[in-house]
Amino acid sequence: MDWFADPANTKPLGLLIFFVTFCAIVLWVYGSKKRGKKLEEHKNIPFLDDEDEVKDKSNG
Amino acid sequence: MSATSVAAVEQYDYEIIKKFSIMAIVWGVVGMSAGVFIASQLAWPWLNFDSPFLSFGRFRPVHTGAVIFGFGGSALFATSYYVVQRTCQTRLFAPGLATFTFWGWQAVIVLAALSYVSGFSQGREYAEMEWPIDLLVLFVWVAYGAVFIGTLMQRKQPHIYVANWFYLSFILVTALLHTFNNLAVPVDLFSMKSYSLFSGAQDAMTQWWYGHNAVGFFLTSAFLGMMYYFVPKHAGRPVYSYRLSIVHFWALSFMYMWVGTHHLHWTALPDWASTLGATFSIMLLLPSWGGMINGIMTLSGAWDKLRTDPIMRFMIVALSFYGMSTFEGPLMSLKDVNALSHYTDWTVGHVHSGALGWVAMIAFGSLYHMIPKLWNTQIFSVKLINAHFWLATIGTLLYITAMWISGISQGLMWRAFDDFGNLQYSFVESVAAMHPFYAMRAIGGMFFLTGMVLMAINIYMTVRRGMREADSAQARAAVAAV
Repeated sequence: MDWFADPANTKPLGLLIFFVTFCAIVLWVYGSKKRGKKLEEHKNIPFLDDEDEVKDKSNG
Repeated sequence: MSATSVAAVEQYDYEIIKKFSIMAIVWGVVGMSAGVFIASQLAWPWLNFDSPFLSFGRFRPVHTGAVIFGFGGSALFATSYYVVQRTCQTRLFAPGLATFTFWGWQAVIVLAALSYVSGFSQGREYAEMEWPIDLLVLFVWVAYGAVFIGTLMQRKQPHIYVANWFYLSFILVTALLHTFNNLAVPVDLFSMKSYSLFSGAQDAMTQWWYGHNAVGFFLTSAFLGMMYYFVPKHAGRPVYSYRLSIVHFWALSFMYMWVGTHHLHWTALPDWASTLGATFSIMLLLPSWGGMINGIMTLSGAWDKLRTDPIMRFMIVALSFYGMSTFEGPLMSLKDVNALSHYTDWTVGHVHSGALGWVAMIAFGSLYHMIPKLWNTQIFSVKLINAHFWLATIGTLLYITAMWISGISQGLMWRAFDDFGNLQYSFVESVAAMHPFYAMRAIGGMFFLTGMVLMAINIYMTVRRGMREADSAQARAAVAAV
Protein backbone atom coordinates (compact mmCIF):
# COMPACT_ATOMS: atom_id res chain seq x y z
CA MET A 1 0.00 0.00 0.00
CA ASP A 2 2.89 2.36 0.74
CA TRP A 3 3.90 2.07 -2.91
CA PHE A 4 0.48 3.39 -3.99
CA ALA A 5 0.62 6.24 -1.45
CA ASP A 6 3.66 7.73 -3.19
CA PRO A 7 2.65 10.12 -6.02
CA ALA A 8 6.00 9.44 -7.71
CA ASN A 9 4.71 5.90 -8.34
CA THR A 10 1.03 6.53 -8.95
CA LYS A 11 1.51 9.35 -11.48
CA PRO A 12 3.35 7.21 -14.08
CA LEU A 13 1.03 4.32 -13.25
CA GLY A 14 -1.99 6.55 -13.97
CA LEU A 15 -0.40 7.71 -17.21
CA LEU A 16 0.24 4.11 -18.22
CA ILE A 17 -3.34 3.03 -17.45
CA PHE A 18 -4.88 5.96 -19.36
CA PHE A 19 -2.51 5.57 -22.32
CA VAL A 20 -3.10 1.81 -22.62
CA THR A 21 -6.88 2.33 -22.31
CA PHE A 22 -6.81 4.94 -25.06
CA CYS A 23 -4.74 2.67 -27.35
CA ALA A 24 -7.22 -0.14 -26.65
CA ILE A 25 -10.13 2.14 -27.67
CA VAL A 26 -8.39 3.09 -30.93
CA LEU A 27 -7.62 -0.57 -31.65
CA TRP A 28 -11.21 -1.55 -30.86
CA VAL A 29 -12.57 1.15 -33.19
CA TYR A 30 -10.23 0.55 -36.14
CA GLY A 31 -9.05 -3.04 -35.52
CA SER A 32 -11.84 -4.94 -37.24
CA LYS A 33 -13.56 -4.21 -40.55
CA LYS A 34 -16.71 -6.02 -39.45
CA ARG A 35 -16.93 -4.02 -36.21
CA GLY A 36 -16.09 -0.85 -38.13
CA LYS A 37 -19.02 -1.43 -40.49
CA LYS A 38 -21.35 -2.00 -37.56
CA LEU A 39 -20.13 1.15 -35.81
CA GLU A 40 -20.59 3.21 -38.96
CA GLU A 41 -24.24 2.14 -39.12
CA HIS A 42 -24.91 4.15 -35.96
CA LYS A 43 -24.33 7.37 -37.89
CA ASN A 44 -27.87 7.04 -39.25
CA ILE A 45 -29.53 7.28 -35.83
CA PRO A 46 -30.44 11.01 -36.17
CA PHE A 47 -32.50 10.16 -39.26
CA LEU A 48 -34.52 7.30 -37.81
CA ASP A 49 -37.30 9.39 -36.32
CA ASP A 50 -37.91 11.43 -39.46
CA GLU A 51 -39.31 9.12 -42.07
CA ASP A 52 -40.69 12.13 -43.89
CA GLU A 53 -37.30 13.80 -44.20
CA VAL A 54 -35.08 13.07 -47.18
CA LYS A 55 -31.73 11.53 -46.38
CA ASP A 56 -28.77 11.78 -48.72
CA LYS A 57 -26.80 8.55 -48.25
CA SER A 58 -23.54 9.73 -49.80
CA ASN A 59 -21.61 9.32 -46.56
CA GLY A 60 -23.58 6.31 -45.42
CA MET B 1 -28.70 -2.28 -38.80
CA SER B 2 -28.74 -2.35 -35.02
CA ALA B 3 -30.89 0.72 -34.80
CA THR B 4 -34.63 0.56 -34.27
CA SER B 5 -36.91 2.63 -36.47
CA VAL B 6 -39.85 4.34 -34.90
CA ALA B 7 -42.77 6.15 -36.42
CA ALA B 8 -42.30 9.83 -37.19
CA VAL B 9 -45.40 10.58 -35.15
CA GLU B 10 -43.53 9.80 -31.93
CA GLN B 11 -44.28 12.62 -29.53
CA TYR B 12 -41.54 14.35 -27.60
CA ASP B 13 -41.51 16.76 -24.69
CA TYR B 14 -40.99 20.05 -26.52
CA GLU B 15 -42.36 22.57 -23.98
CA ILE B 16 -39.20 22.67 -21.88
CA ILE B 17 -37.06 22.95 -25.03
CA LYS B 18 -39.15 25.89 -26.25
CA LYS B 19 -38.63 27.70 -22.94
CA PHE B 20 -34.86 27.20 -22.95
CA SER B 21 -34.62 28.19 -26.65
CA ILE B 22 -36.42 31.48 -26.07
CA MET B 23 -34.28 32.25 -23.04
CA ALA B 24 -31.12 31.45 -25.01
CA ILE B 25 -32.12 34.22 -27.44
CA VAL B 26 -33.04 36.61 -24.62
CA TRP B 27 -29.75 36.03 -22.78
CA GLY B 28 -27.88 36.29 -26.08
CA VAL B 29 -29.23 39.82 -26.58
CA VAL B 30 -28.68 40.79 -22.92
CA GLY B 31 -25.20 39.27 -22.63
CA MET B 32 -23.93 40.62 -25.94
CA SER B 33 -25.32 44.08 -25.09
CA ALA B 34 -23.36 43.93 -21.83
CA GLY B 35 -20.32 42.88 -23.89
CA VAL B 36 -20.65 45.84 -26.25
CA PHE B 37 -21.13 48.12 -23.23
CA ILE B 38 -17.93 46.99 -21.48
CA ALA B 39 -15.96 47.00 -24.76
CA SER B 40 -17.13 50.61 -25.24
CA GLN B 41 -16.10 51.43 -21.66
CA LEU B 42 -12.56 50.34 -22.50
CA ALA B 43 -12.55 52.58 -25.59
CA TRP B 44 -14.44 55.47 -24.02
CA PRO B 45 -13.96 55.32 -20.22
CA TRP B 46 -16.53 58.05 -19.46
CA LEU B 47 -19.11 55.29 -20.01
CA ASN B 48 -18.28 54.07 -16.49
CA PHE B 49 -20.32 57.11 -15.35
CA ASP B 50 -18.30 57.21 -12.10
CA SER B 51 -20.74 54.67 -10.70
CA PRO B 52 -19.54 51.47 -9.04
CA PHE B 53 -22.70 49.71 -10.22
CA LEU B 54 -21.92 50.42 -13.88
CA SER B 55 -18.15 50.02 -13.66
CA PHE B 56 -16.21 47.70 -15.98
CA GLY B 57 -15.13 45.50 -13.06
CA ARG B 58 -18.69 44.69 -12.03
CA PHE B 59 -20.16 44.50 -15.54
CA ARG B 60 -17.53 42.20 -17.01
CA PRO B 61 -18.80 39.11 -15.12
CA VAL B 62 -22.37 40.16 -16.00
CA HIS B 63 -21.32 39.86 -19.66
CA THR B 64 -19.44 36.56 -19.29
CA GLY B 65 -22.16 35.05 -17.08
CA ALA B 66 -25.00 36.07 -19.40
CA VAL B 67 -23.32 34.85 -22.59
CA ILE B 68 -21.68 31.67 -21.27
CA PHE B 69 -24.30 30.44 -18.82
CA GLY B 70 -27.36 32.39 -20.00
CA PHE B 71 -27.04 32.14 -23.77
CA GLY B 72 -24.69 29.13 -24.07
CA GLY B 73 -26.14 27.25 -21.10
CA SER B 74 -29.77 27.71 -22.15
CA ALA B 75 -28.90 26.68 -25.73
CA LEU B 76 -27.20 23.56 -24.35
CA PHE B 77 -30.13 22.65 -22.09
CA ALA B 78 -32.50 23.13 -25.06
CA THR B 79 -30.50 21.19 -27.62
CA SER B 80 -29.47 18.40 -25.23
CA TYR B 81 -33.11 17.80 -24.25
CA TYR B 82 -34.01 17.81 -27.97
CA VAL B 83 -31.15 15.57 -29.14
CA VAL B 84 -31.42 13.03 -26.31
CA GLN B 85 -35.15 12.55 -26.94
CA ARG B 86 -34.86 12.28 -30.70
CA THR B 87 -31.85 9.99 -30.80
CA CYS B 88 -33.14 7.77 -27.98
CA GLN B 89 -36.69 7.92 -29.39
CA THR B 90 -38.21 8.46 -25.99
CA ARG B 91 -39.70 11.28 -23.93
CA LEU B 92 -37.77 13.13 -21.24
CA PHE B 93 -37.37 11.37 -17.92
CA ALA B 94 -38.97 13.27 -15.00
CA PRO B 95 -40.44 16.31 -16.83
CA GLY B 96 -41.10 18.01 -13.46
CA LEU B 97 -37.39 17.88 -12.71
CA ALA B 98 -36.67 19.26 -16.19
CA THR B 99 -38.98 22.21 -15.42
CA PHE B 100 -37.04 22.76 -12.19
CA THR B 101 -33.81 22.92 -14.23
CA PHE B 102 -35.35 25.72 -16.32
CA TRP B 103 -36.51 27.95 -13.46
CA GLY B 104 -33.47 27.10 -11.35
CA TRP B 105 -31.05 27.95 -14.15
CA GLN B 106 -32.78 31.25 -14.99
CA ALA B 107 -32.71 32.15 -11.27
CA VAL B 108 -28.96 31.44 -11.21
CA ILE B 109 -28.30 33.81 -14.13
CA VAL B 110 -30.45 36.62 -12.72
CA LEU B 111 -29.14 36.28 -9.13
CA ALA B 112 -25.55 36.11 -10.36
CA ALA B 113 -25.94 39.29 -12.44
CA LEU B 114 -27.59 41.14 -9.54
CA SER B 115 -24.89 40.02 -7.13
CA TYR B 116 -22.10 41.15 -9.49
CA VAL B 117 -23.46 44.67 -9.96
CA SER B 118 -23.95 44.84 -6.18
CA GLY B 119 -20.26 44.08 -5.74
CA PHE B 120 -20.31 40.42 -4.64
CA SER B 121 -17.70 38.25 -6.36
CA GLN B 122 -15.42 35.34 -5.48
CA GLY B 123 -12.92 36.76 -7.96
CA ARG B 124 -12.63 33.42 -9.80
CA GLU B 125 -12.90 33.79 -13.55
CA TYR B 126 -16.16 32.41 -15.04
CA ALA B 127 -17.08 31.36 -11.48
CA GLU B 128 -17.60 34.71 -9.79
CA MET B 129 -20.84 33.58 -8.12
CA GLU B 130 -20.73 33.54 -4.33
CA TRP B 131 -21.53 30.41 -2.34
CA PRO B 132 -25.37 30.59 -2.06
CA ILE B 133 -25.66 30.81 -5.87
CA ASP B 134 -23.05 28.05 -6.23
CA LEU B 135 -25.29 25.79 -4.13
CA LEU B 136 -28.27 26.57 -6.36
CA VAL B 137 -26.16 25.71 -9.43
CA LEU B 138 -25.30 22.38 -7.75
CA PHE B 139 -28.99 21.46 -7.20
CA VAL B 140 -29.92 22.43 -10.77
CA TRP B 141 -27.00 20.50 -12.19
CA VAL B 142 -27.80 17.33 -10.26
CA ALA B 143 -31.39 17.59 -11.52
CA TYR B 144 -30.09 18.11 -15.10
CA GLY B 145 -27.87 15.04 -14.81
CA ALA B 146 -30.79 13.00 -13.48
CA VAL B 147 -33.07 14.06 -16.35
CA PHE B 148 -30.43 13.42 -19.01
CA ILE B 149 -29.17 10.09 -17.65
CA GLY B 150 -32.74 8.97 -16.85
CA THR B 151 -33.74 9.68 -20.46
CA LEU B 152 -30.74 7.73 -21.76
CA MET B 153 -31.69 4.81 -19.52
CA GLN B 154 -35.25 4.61 -20.85
CA ARG B 155 -34.13 4.83 -24.51
CA LYS B 156 -35.76 2.71 -27.19
CA GLN B 157 -32.64 2.88 -29.35
CA PRO B 158 -30.04 0.28 -28.23
CA HIS B 159 -27.03 2.46 -29.16
CA ILE B 160 -26.37 5.83 -27.51
CA TYR B 161 -25.63 8.24 -30.39
CA VAL B 162 -22.26 10.00 -30.10
CA ALA B 163 -23.76 13.48 -29.62
CA ASN B 164 -25.16 12.26 -26.29
CA TRP B 165 -21.69 11.10 -25.19
CA PHE B 166 -20.42 14.65 -25.64
CA TYR B 167 -23.40 16.10 -23.76
CA LEU B 168 -22.96 13.55 -20.97
CA SER B 169 -19.26 14.30 -20.56
CA PHE B 170 -20.15 17.99 -20.37
CA ILE B 171 -22.69 17.33 -17.59
CA LEU B 172 -20.38 15.06 -15.57
CA VAL B 173 -17.24 17.16 -15.90
CA THR B 174 -19.05 20.44 -15.20
CA ALA B 175 -20.36 18.91 -11.94
CA LEU B 176 -16.82 17.92 -10.98
CA LEU B 177 -15.32 21.29 -11.92
CA HIS B 178 -18.01 23.34 -10.24
CA THR B 179 -17.75 21.38 -6.99
CA PHE B 180 -13.98 21.50 -6.57
CA ASN B 181 -13.44 25.03 -7.88
CA ASN B 182 -16.01 26.41 -5.45
CA LEU B 183 -14.86 24.68 -2.26
CA ALA B 184 -15.01 27.67 0.05
CA VAL B 185 -15.81 28.64 3.62
CA PRO B 186 -18.46 31.34 4.10
CA VAL B 187 -17.66 34.09 6.58
CA ASP B 188 -20.95 33.25 8.32
CA LEU B 189 -24.26 31.69 7.43
CA PHE B 190 -25.90 35.00 6.56
CA SER B 191 -22.98 36.51 4.69
CA MET B 192 -22.48 36.36 0.91
CA LYS B 193 -18.71 36.47 1.40
CA SER B 194 -16.63 33.30 1.39
CA TYR B 195 -12.96 32.34 1.14
CA SER B 196 -11.46 29.56 -0.98
CA LEU B 197 -10.18 26.39 0.67
CA PHE B 198 -7.09 26.63 -1.52
CA SER B 199 -4.40 29.27 -1.31
CA GLY B 200 -1.51 30.69 -3.32
CA ALA B 201 -0.32 28.76 -6.37
CA GLN B 202 -2.65 25.85 -5.53
CA ASP B 203 -5.62 28.21 -5.68
CA ALA B 204 -4.43 29.54 -9.03
CA MET B 205 -4.01 26.01 -10.35
CA THR B 206 -7.49 24.96 -9.15
CA GLN B 207 -8.95 28.08 -10.73
CA TRP B 208 -7.34 27.37 -14.12
CA TRP B 209 -8.03 23.66 -13.94
CA TYR B 210 -11.65 24.83 -13.73
CA GLY B 211 -11.26 27.70 -16.17
CA HIS B 212 -9.76 25.77 -19.05
CA ASN B 213 -11.99 22.74 -18.52
CA ALA B 214 -14.99 25.06 -18.56
CA VAL B 215 -13.74 25.99 -22.03
CA GLY B 216 -13.06 22.32 -22.82
CA PHE B 217 -16.24 20.73 -21.60
CA PHE B 218 -18.84 23.52 -21.36
CA LEU B 219 -17.83 25.48 -24.47
CA THR B 220 -16.31 22.70 -26.56
CA SER B 221 -17.49 19.19 -25.71
CA ALA B 222 -21.13 20.21 -25.27
CA PHE B 223 -21.19 22.27 -28.46
CA LEU B 224 -19.56 19.34 -30.28
CA GLY B 225 -22.57 17.33 -29.14
CA MET B 226 -24.68 19.98 -30.83
CA MET B 227 -22.50 19.76 -33.94
CA TYR B 228 -22.67 15.94 -34.16
CA TYR B 229 -26.46 16.05 -34.29
CA PHE B 230 -27.38 19.28 -36.07
CA VAL B 231 -24.74 19.34 -38.83
CA PRO B 232 -25.67 15.89 -40.20
CA LYS B 233 -29.36 16.55 -39.58
CA HIS B 234 -29.40 19.89 -41.37
CA ALA B 235 -27.19 18.65 -44.21
CA GLY B 236 -29.46 15.61 -44.57
CA ARG B 237 -26.35 13.43 -44.61
CA PRO B 238 -24.87 11.24 -41.86
CA VAL B 239 -21.65 12.32 -40.19
CA TYR B 240 -18.52 11.65 -42.29
CA SER B 241 -17.03 8.98 -40.00
CA TYR B 242 -18.67 7.58 -36.90
CA ARG B 243 -15.46 5.81 -35.88
CA LEU B 244 -13.57 9.10 -36.02
CA SER B 245 -16.24 10.64 -33.78
CA ILE B 246 -15.59 7.92 -31.15
CA VAL B 247 -11.84 8.52 -31.20
CA HIS B 248 -12.50 12.29 -31.19
CA PHE B 249 -14.60 11.91 -28.03
CA TRP B 250 -12.15 9.78 -26.07
CA ALA B 251 -9.05 11.70 -27.12
CA LEU B 252 -10.67 14.99 -26.15
CA SER B 253 -11.83 13.58 -22.80
CA PHE B 254 -8.42 12.11 -21.96
CA MET B 255 -6.44 15.23 -22.88
CA TYR B 256 -8.50 18.30 -21.97
CA MET B 257 -8.26 17.68 -18.21
CA TRP B 258 -4.51 18.31 -18.21
CA VAL B 259 -4.14 21.57 -20.09
CA GLY B 260 -5.32 24.21 -17.56
CA THR B 261 -1.84 24.90 -16.23
CA HIS B 262 -0.77 26.46 -19.55
CA HIS B 263 -2.54 29.58 -18.20
CA LEU B 264 0.13 29.82 -15.52
CA HIS B 265 3.42 29.82 -17.43
CA TRP B 266 6.18 31.92 -15.84
CA THR B 267 4.44 32.04 -12.46
CA ALA B 268 5.02 30.52 -9.00
CA LEU B 269 3.58 27.25 -10.29
CA PRO B 270 6.24 24.49 -10.63
CA ASP B 271 7.73 24.52 -14.11
CA TRP B 272 6.93 20.85 -14.75
CA ALA B 273 3.22 21.47 -14.18
CA SER B 274 2.90 24.21 -16.79
CA THR B 275 5.13 22.25 -19.21
CA LEU B 276 2.77 19.29 -18.81
CA GLY B 277 -0.16 21.59 -19.62
CA ALA B 278 1.59 22.86 -22.75
CA THR B 279 2.46 19.30 -23.87
CA PHE B 280 -1.14 18.13 -23.60
CA SER B 281 -2.30 21.33 -25.33
CA ILE B 282 -0.13 20.50 -28.35
CA MET B 283 -1.40 16.92 -28.42
CA LEU B 284 -4.97 18.23 -28.22
CA LEU B 285 -4.58 19.69 -31.69
CA LEU B 286 -4.98 16.19 -33.18
CA PRO B 287 -8.44 15.30 -31.79
CA SER B 288 -9.64 18.88 -32.25
CA TRP B 289 -8.77 18.88 -35.93
CA GLY B 290 -10.02 15.31 -36.33
CA GLY B 291 -13.41 16.47 -35.08
CA MET B 292 -13.39 19.59 -37.21
CA ILE B 293 -12.56 17.57 -40.34
CA ASN B 294 -15.26 15.05 -39.43
CA GLY B 295 -17.83 17.86 -39.19
CA ILE B 296 -16.79 19.69 -42.34
CA MET B 297 -16.45 16.49 -44.42
CA THR B 298 -20.06 15.64 -43.55
CA LEU B 299 -20.86 18.08 -46.35
CA SER B 300 -18.51 16.25 -48.73
CA GLY B 301 -20.14 16.09 -52.15
CA ALA B 302 -22.81 18.63 -51.23
CA TRP B 303 -20.81 21.83 -50.94
CA ASP B 304 -23.40 23.65 -53.06
CA LYS B 305 -25.58 23.81 -49.92
CA LEU B 306 -23.18 26.46 -48.62
CA ARG B 307 -24.21 28.79 -51.45
CA THR B 308 -27.91 28.55 -50.79
CA ASP B 309 -28.39 27.74 -47.12
CA PRO B 310 -27.29 30.35 -44.52
CA ILE B 311 -27.93 27.91 -41.64
CA MET B 312 -25.45 25.47 -43.17
CA ARG B 313 -23.07 28.39 -43.63
CA PHE B 314 -23.31 29.20 -39.91
CA MET B 315 -22.43 25.59 -39.07
CA ILE B 316 -19.49 25.25 -41.44
CA VAL B 317 -18.03 28.66 -40.53
CA ALA B 318 -18.40 27.65 -36.87
CA LEU B 319 -16.36 24.52 -37.57
CA SER B 320 -13.75 26.60 -39.39
CA PHE B 321 -13.42 28.88 -36.37
CA TYR B 322 -13.25 25.79 -34.15
CA GLY B 323 -10.29 24.62 -36.24
CA MET B 324 -8.68 28.03 -36.14
CA SER B 325 -9.00 28.57 -32.40
CA THR B 326 -7.87 25.02 -31.61
CA PHE B 327 -4.74 25.75 -33.65
CA GLU B 328 -4.19 29.13 -32.01
CA GLY B 329 -4.69 27.72 -28.48
CA PRO B 330 -1.84 25.17 -28.61
CA LEU B 331 0.34 27.81 -30.27
CA MET B 332 -0.30 30.23 -27.41
CA SER B 333 0.37 27.49 -24.85
CA LEU B 334 4.01 27.28 -26.00
CA LYS B 335 6.11 29.00 -23.34
CA ASP B 336 7.95 31.32 -25.72
CA VAL B 337 4.75 32.43 -27.47
CA ASN B 338 3.02 32.75 -24.10
CA ALA B 339 5.80 35.03 -22.84
CA LEU B 340 4.62 37.49 -25.49
CA SER B 341 0.88 36.80 -25.50
CA HIS B 342 0.00 36.37 -21.83
CA TYR B 343 -1.80 39.24 -20.07
CA THR B 344 -2.34 40.90 -23.46
CA ASP B 345 -5.44 41.35 -25.63
CA TRP B 346 -4.30 38.48 -27.84
CA THR B 347 -5.79 36.15 -25.19
CA VAL B 348 -9.06 38.09 -25.29
CA GLY B 349 -9.11 37.78 -29.09
CA HIS B 350 -8.39 34.05 -28.88
CA VAL B 351 -11.25 33.50 -26.44
CA HIS B 352 -13.62 35.40 -28.71
CA SER B 353 -12.59 33.60 -31.89
CA GLY B 354 -13.76 30.49 -30.05
CA ALA B 355 -16.74 32.08 -28.29
CA LEU B 356 -18.14 34.12 -31.20
CA GLY B 357 -16.82 32.10 -34.13
CA TRP B 358 -17.36 28.59 -32.81
CA VAL B 359 -19.74 28.53 -29.83
CA ALA B 360 -22.18 31.25 -30.85
CA MET B 361 -22.24 30.34 -34.55
CA ILE B 362 -22.87 26.62 -34.02
CA ALA B 363 -25.57 27.59 -31.49
CA PHE B 364 -27.17 30.01 -34.00
CA GLY B 365 -27.18 27.35 -36.72
CA SER B 366 -28.64 24.73 -34.39
CA LEU B 367 -31.32 27.06 -32.99
CA TYR B 368 -32.34 28.18 -36.50
CA HIS B 369 -32.70 24.51 -37.43
CA MET B 370 -34.52 23.46 -34.27
CA ILE B 371 -36.88 26.32 -33.41
CA PRO B 372 -39.15 26.07 -36.51
CA LYS B 373 -39.46 22.31 -35.83
CA LEU B 374 -40.48 22.96 -32.21
CA TRP B 375 -43.34 25.21 -33.33
CA ASN B 376 -44.05 23.05 -36.41
CA THR B 377 -43.62 25.91 -38.87
CA GLN B 378 -41.14 27.47 -41.31
CA ILE B 379 -38.57 30.12 -40.43
CA PHE B 380 -40.01 33.64 -40.89
CA SER B 381 -37.20 35.03 -43.05
CA VAL B 382 -34.20 33.32 -44.63
CA LYS B 383 -32.96 36.76 -45.74
CA LEU B 384 -32.71 37.82 -42.08
CA ILE B 385 -30.65 34.69 -41.33
CA ASN B 386 -28.37 35.62 -44.18
CA ALA B 387 -27.99 39.16 -42.86
CA HIS B 388 -27.33 37.73 -39.39
CA PHE B 389 -24.65 35.45 -40.80
CA TRP B 390 -22.73 38.27 -42.46
CA LEU B 391 -23.05 40.61 -39.47
CA ALA B 392 -21.78 37.85 -37.16
CA THR B 393 -18.89 36.93 -39.45
CA ILE B 394 -17.76 40.52 -40.04
CA GLY B 395 -18.18 41.30 -36.33
CA THR B 396 -16.07 38.31 -35.30
CA LEU B 397 -13.32 39.13 -37.81
CA LEU B 398 -13.22 42.80 -36.73
CA TYR B 399 -13.03 41.72 -33.09
CA ILE B 400 -10.25 39.17 -33.41
CA THR B 401 -8.19 41.24 -35.85
CA ALA B 402 -8.33 44.23 -33.48
CA MET B 403 -7.25 42.05 -30.57
CA TRP B 404 -4.42 40.40 -32.52
CA ILE B 405 -2.93 43.79 -33.41
CA SER B 406 -3.57 45.20 -29.97
CA GLY B 407 -2.28 42.12 -28.10
CA ILE B 408 0.91 41.65 -30.10
CA SER B 409 1.63 45.41 -29.90
CA GLN B 410 1.12 45.32 -26.12
CA GLY B 411 3.42 42.31 -25.76
CA LEU B 412 6.14 43.96 -27.84
CA MET B 413 5.83 47.33 -26.09
CA TRP B 414 6.01 45.79 -22.62
CA ARG B 415 9.22 43.92 -23.40
CA ALA B 416 10.98 46.71 -25.35
CA PHE B 417 14.17 48.12 -23.83
CA ASP B 418 16.07 51.25 -24.77
CA ASP B 419 19.86 51.43 -25.29
CA PHE B 420 20.39 51.89 -21.55
CA GLY B 421 18.44 48.77 -20.58
CA ASN B 422 15.43 50.68 -19.28
CA LEU B 423 11.86 49.90 -20.33
CA GLN B 424 11.21 51.83 -23.53
CA TYR B 425 7.51 52.46 -22.91
CA SER B 426 5.52 53.22 -19.78
CA PHE B 427 2.38 51.15 -19.23
CA VAL B 428 0.14 54.12 -19.92
CA GLU B 429 1.81 54.60 -23.32
CA SER B 430 0.82 51.05 -24.23
CA VAL B 431 -2.77 51.78 -23.10
CA ALA B 432 -2.90 54.91 -25.27
CA ALA B 433 -1.58 52.94 -28.27
CA MET B 434 -4.45 50.44 -27.88
CA HIS B 435 -7.22 53.01 -28.19
CA PRO B 436 -7.99 52.63 -31.94
CA PHE B 437 -8.13 48.84 -31.57
CA TYR B 438 -10.45 49.07 -28.54
CA ALA B 439 -12.79 51.21 -30.64
CA MET B 440 -12.50 48.68 -33.50
CA ARG B 441 -13.32 45.82 -31.09
CA ALA B 442 -16.39 47.67 -29.79
CA ILE B 443 -17.57 48.20 -33.40
CA GLY B 444 -17.02 44.48 -34.12
CA GLY B 445 -19.16 43.70 -31.07
CA MET B 446 -21.87 46.05 -32.33
CA PHE B 447 -21.96 44.13 -35.63
CA PHE B 448 -22.30 40.86 -33.75
CA LEU B 449 -25.00 42.26 -31.44
CA THR B 450 -26.98 43.65 -34.40
CA GLY B 451 -27.00 40.16 -35.91
CA MET B 452 -28.24 38.77 -32.59
CA VAL B 453 -31.07 41.33 -32.51
CA LEU B 454 -32.05 40.33 -36.07
CA MET B 455 -32.15 36.72 -34.89
CA ALA B 456 -34.40 37.66 -31.97
CA ILE B 457 -36.82 39.43 -34.36
CA ASN B 458 -36.75 36.51 -36.80
CA ILE B 459 -37.38 33.97 -34.04
CA TYR B 460 -40.17 36.10 -32.51
CA MET B 461 -41.93 36.26 -35.90
CA THR B 462 -41.36 32.53 -36.48
CA VAL B 463 -42.84 31.61 -33.10
CA ARG B 464 -45.79 33.95 -33.65
CA ARG B 465 -46.41 32.37 -37.05
CA GLY B 466 -46.19 28.89 -35.52
CA MET B 467 -48.68 29.78 -32.80
CA ARG B 468 -51.11 31.34 -35.29
CA GLU B 469 -50.90 28.27 -37.53
CA ALA B 470 -51.57 26.03 -34.54
CA ASP B 471 -54.55 28.18 -33.52
CA SER B 472 -56.08 28.16 -37.01
CA ALA B 473 -55.53 24.38 -37.32
CA GLN B 474 -57.31 23.96 -33.99
CA ALA B 475 -60.16 26.22 -35.15
CA ARG B 476 -60.51 24.27 -38.43
CA ALA B 477 -60.61 21.01 -36.49
CA ALA B 478 -63.30 22.42 -34.19
CA VAL B 479 -65.39 23.59 -37.17
CA ALA B 480 -65.00 20.22 -38.87
CA ALA B 481 -66.11 18.48 -35.67
CA VAL B 482 -69.29 20.56 -35.61
